[in-house]
Formats: sequence, C-alpha cells, structure tokens
Amino acid sequence: MSAAWAAVVIVGAATIGIKSAGAMLLGNRELPPRIGGMIELLAPVMLAALVVSNTFGADHKLVLDPRAAGLAAATIPMALRAPLLVTVIVAAATAAIIRLI
Amino acid sequence: MGFWARYRKGIRVAVPFAVAVGAFGISFGVLAREAGIGSIASVVMSATTFAGSAQFAVASVLGTGGGVAAACIAALLLNARYGPIGMSVAPTLEGGRLKRLVEAQIVVDESWALSNRGGGRFDRQILIGAGTLLYLSWVLGTTLGVLAGNLIGDPNKLGMDAAFPALFLALLVGQIRSRRAAAAAVAGAAIALVVTPFAKPGIPLIAACLACVIGWRRPRRQDRRWAPADTIAEELP
Repeated sequence: MSAAWAAVVIVGAATIGIKSAGAMLLGNRELPPRIGGMIELLAPVMLAALVVSNTFGADHKLVLDPRAAGLAAATIPMALRAPLLVTVIVAAATAAIIRLI
Repeated sequence: MGFWARYRKGIRVAVPFAVAVGAFGISFGVLAREAGIGSIASVVMSATTFAGSAQFAVASVLGTGGGVAAACIAALLLNARYGPIGMSVAPTLEGGRLKRLVEAQIVVDESWALSNRGGGRFDRQILIGAGTLLYLSWVLGTTLGVLAGNLIGDPNKLGMDAAFPALFLALLVGQIRSRRAAAAAVAGAAIALVVTPFAKPGIPLIAACLACVIGWRRPRRQDRRWAPADTIAEELP
C-alpha cells in the first residue's frame, strides 16, 4: 500500500470513528443539565474559533492577509441583511482584488 | 411545515455553503494530485473523511515530503473537534446504531451550525438536508479538481479562502442568543488566537472548547434567551 493510500485509510477510519463516537456511546440519552449547558455553548465557541483561525491562523503563527480584508468587507452586506451568497461573493472578491494589486 | 419540507429547507439554506465547499473541494483535488495522492485515493478520501481542513493537512504534509504518521496526526488533531460536536448532536440522531453512525458522518461545521436550534438542540432534517448537499458538493468538487484542475486554476486566486471566515461569522451571529453565548464566543475566539502561535493547527479549536465551562453554572433569570430558540436556518437571510 502506498503512503497516500495508508493515510487515506487511517484518516478516513479515524474520522468516521471520531464523528460517530458521540452517537455510539451516548445513544439518544439526554445529557446531564450541567453538561448540556456546556454543550449548548459549543456552537458559539466553535464558530468564533473557526472565524479567527480561518482569518488569522497559519501554521504556528498569526497572519494578517487578504482573508482579513475579505472578512471586514463581508460585514457590510451582513449588516444590511443581504443574502448570504452576496456576503460570500463580497468576501471572496475583496480578497481576490487585494491579491491582484 | 411538512416532513419533506424541512429536508428541502436544509438543502436551500446550505446552498451558499455548498458553493464555497465545492470550490474548496476543487482546490483539494488540485492540491491532492500535486501531492501525489492519486485521483481515486483523493476522491475516496473526500467520500470517507469528509472534513476539508484535515484533508488539506494530509495533502500538504505528504506533498512536502512528510511521513504518513505526521500527516495522520495533523489530520486527527484538526478533526478532534468532531468529538464534542458529535456528542452535541447524538440525542438528535435516530434509528439503530448503523443508521446513527451514517447520519453522524454528514456532520461538518456548516451542517452542524445550520441545524442548531439553540438550547443544545438540533434539527435532524435540516442537518441531513444541508449535510447531504455539502457532502455531494465536496465529493463532486474534489472529482472536478482531480480531473480538470489545470483548466480551473487555483480557487484561492478568486478569494475562495476568504469565503469561509465570512460564512462562519454569518453562522456565529445567528448563535449569539444570550449574554452567556456572547461571552463564550469572545472567550473562544481569544483562546484560539492566543494558542495559535504555540500549537499545531487544530489544537486552537480544541483549546477554545474550554470556553464552554461558562455553561457549567446554571443560568440566572436575567440571562433569558434574546430570541426564541429556533434554528439558525430561519434567521439566515
């Protein structure tokens, strides 16, 4: 088996396991209230972390690149409650234009 | 709303995400081929792993001469967040073990956030509708990137990498339904920023989960929800 196939099989199997571990172990049981209160905050926490790491994150460093400008520009259509597709286009176009300059 | 209508709604709200995920899939296909992963292996990986950032990590590690072990560790760190995420949707999934195992696979950041109703509850039909569309666009995008990457070029030149922060921010805005959620989001972002320079990619996301301890205390009366707990899908423009 080539290195690439080995990685594909190992990462695939492990990811399937990680994604389904909660469903397999917990089943349909409701979580205890305090744990539930923590899980409830997972969405805002994870999304905030995804925003900053997809904007400023690089391997072992923080960077300021055209992604940040794209995000800043995207807040305008967002504030105007424009369709999400417009927001995406504004973000992408801003970053693309800055890369061209 | 009818039974199928909610699946359709899940598909509809996921369209802007599917566009970005498809473009991301194309760039994965291109990068994977350059990294020598091979066409079939690349598409198989998208169909089984279905987690963009982890797959990019594998392609870049293998492409720059790193070993299989380094590639797998990088990918698994990036996917570790699906442990807690999977726990949060577990009560929502239905059926026997096999069915739940399959349903859990279409959970990705975007389908998970779109189906979040607040209060720790998820809308199963929206999760499945949105997740299925995202899955198809990811696998089709990868196939397109592998087969026709040279013709399409690098999607990042079109700024597609800036699409994700904007999409995640749009999802985040819909999740800030209480003072407590706002505090947790700020804390999560701060932790991720502080940890980034010192850790491998993926660790900042796991470290950010520490901010969830804010939820350990029982909510006080005045921390009422600001909006009725419905899915973010309703709030998206």
